[in-house]
Amino acid sequence: MDKFTTLTGIAAPMPLVNIDTDMIIPKQFLKTIQRSGLGKNLFDEMRYTQDGAEIPDFVLNQPAYRKAEIIVAGDNFGCGSSREHAPWALLDFGIRCVISTSFADIFFNNCFKNGILPIVLPQEQVAALMDDAKKGANARITVDLEAQTVTSSDGQSFHFEVDPFRKHCLLNGLDDIGLTLEKSASIDAYEKTAAAVRPWV
Amino acid sequence: MSPKTLYDKIWDAHVVHEAEDGTCLLYIDRHLVHEVTSPQAFEGLRMTGRKVRAPEKTIAVPDHNVPTTPGRDKHIDNEESRIQVEALDKNAKDFGINYYPVSDIRQGIVHIVGPEQGWTLPGMTVVCGDSHTATHGAFGALAHGIGTSEVEHVLATQTLIQKKSKNMKVEITGSLRPGVTAKDITLSVIGETGTAGGTGYVIEYCGQAIRELSMEGRMTVCNMAIEGGARAGLIAPDEKTFAYVMGRPHAPKGAKWEAALAWWKTLYSDEGAHFDKVVTIRGEDIAPVVTWGTSPEDVLPITGVVPDPESFTGGKVEAARRSLDYMGLKPGQKLTDIKIDTVFIGSCTNGRIEDLRAAAAILKGKKIKDGMRAMVVPGSGLVRAQAEEEGLAQIFIDAGFEWRLAGCSMCLAMNPDQLSPGERCAATSNRNFEGRQGRGGRTHLLSPAMAAAAAVTGHLTDVREFMAETV
Repeated sequence: MDKFTTLTGIAAPMPLVNIDTDMIIPKQFLKTIQRSGLGKNLFDEMRYTQDGAEIPDFVLNQPAYRKAEIIVAGDNFGCGSSREHAPWALLDFGIRCVISTSFADIFFNNCFKNGILPIVLPQEQVAALMDDAKKGANARITVDLEAQTVTSSDGQSFHFEVDPFRKHCLLNGLDDIGLTLEKSASIDAYEKTAAAVRPWV
Repeated sequence: MSPKTLYDKIWDAHVVHEAEDGTCLLYIDRHLVHEVTSPQAFEGLRMTGRKVRAPEKTIAVPDHNVPTTPGRDKHIDNEESRIQVEALDKNAKDFGINYYPVSDIRQGIVHIVGPEQGWTLPGMTVVCGDSHTATHGAFGALAHGIGTSEVEHVLATQTLIQKKSKNMKVEITGSLRPGVTAKDITLSVIGETGTAGGTGYVIEYCGQAIRELSMEGRMTVCNMAIEGGARAGLIAPDEKTFAYVMGRPHAPKGAKWEAALAWWKTLYSDEGAHFDKVVTIRGEDIAPVVTWGTSPEDVLPITGVVPDPESFTGGKVEAARRSLDYMGLKPGQKLTDIKIDTVFIGSCTNGRIEDLRAAAAILKGKKIKDGMRAMVVPGSGLVRAQAEEEGLAQIFIDAGFEWRLAGCSMCLAMNPDQLSPGERCAATSNRNFEGRQGRGGRTHLLSPAMAAAAAVTGHLTDVREFMAETV
């Protein structure tokens, strides 16, 4: 997993609420057995017509946002399915950070496993960043994970909360499985006790 | 000792390690696996030379991609689908995990197979790379969906890194009125709390109306906890739960059964246990409902009319406008005037035997509307066999329904069962998102009985009038 430290990039405004994982990556692209290559199909049914032509109005098709690295989104981003193809598609497109008032639980978890930082901010701060993002490519938003701040192009800075363990993993690009395997002795001990207490499991 | 919720009790019994900041390593008792969210996880194990830590606790079944027409055990036409199913065949064999291949009569939707085979038991932790894992909460098991990275984590370590969610109680008091089902409960709760209302919580459903539901109904309720944003839904186990579990292939037997039962009977929220959020709905107030929009929170009683987007606030105004445009509906239109092209009965929400019985009861001796496309996709091969034995299959076939093989099918349209642009479907599944059942397809979520009624009349229909007519 790539580290996440600081990021200064173009932010695409997506004010729609309840952007679900079926919108982020429709089911026909879940048939892959790989993690890579999904970026071209990110938001596929919003982004392309049925014959594959770009829909010019869609934000990521607009010249200013084609290289966006941040999305500022409406409430409850990533609701729906557990498909990790959603963060894989975002990452493959180049998105490293999503900012919203709220995220669906599984999507939120999945982001951290892929070096994407989901940031939760209060409504008025998301609105300010949404306005900033709407200015286009000249308005770059800066995210500093160490300092836990998001700064708009006009210098408004907002503090965000992040779980300390997840922050540590993101800053260092750490693999969860490796960390857990260091606790193998605890897992062995748990299994031994559980086998005695709940032998039917 | 301070009183605990059901969630607290299950959580505490599974903590392997707790860090100072509250991050826990949680032991996983059952890991269910399907073909769509697992290939990259198995590939990860191969690349790192890791094994599946507890293959005996890992159960795999292909469901999302599989066609529901005969011959699928010999050949799957769609190449990508075939590759995914073949990858699961190979991974199950290579890693030595429990497996129900397409050719096995026990194959079906993973969330139907797990309980049916007795893999899912009260007090367990159950995970799967699928958001509808919440279904298993009906047994008083802590069950939730995970992403593929976490699938790999569970395969390698049999644990998950977790922080505890908050406790939420959803109480449905009193009894349901005739024609109202578990599906109407779960949709009505989401209509009330919104799709983010449960975010950060594990929901315990309780109250008389929940106790009065069968295990099938309870699975329907918990299945859609995720649609309300919750990590998991739970229902305390009781005599109905124990009766359902007893004698299933992987349920404990003899002395182990007695020991298990003794513990299971302690799995309830203690008097005075703290809930961070409480929602109470009167069972008598719940009507048969349908969805009108493209979010599961867009729920109204069937007697209602399509809402005006301007009646909402904030970001929902634009979302509702977009929904009505996508759905081809106008504010003020009566829901019962909405014409239906297709009816889909099935899915992990409503693909169990009781669901098929409810639909068949409406369809008996009737025909579906001319030009209607209607299909029943049983949740498992065993549900299908039982429905055939009970004569339900013949009722569906006589009415004009297609009688399919088991799988996820048109719930998410990864197999050939899809809607065309503009095609309008009454579906017993769980998501009405844009494009969910096929690009441009329009989905109205409802109960199996309501779906059957719509198949007969050709439009969304209040099943209660229908019941009165047929008496």
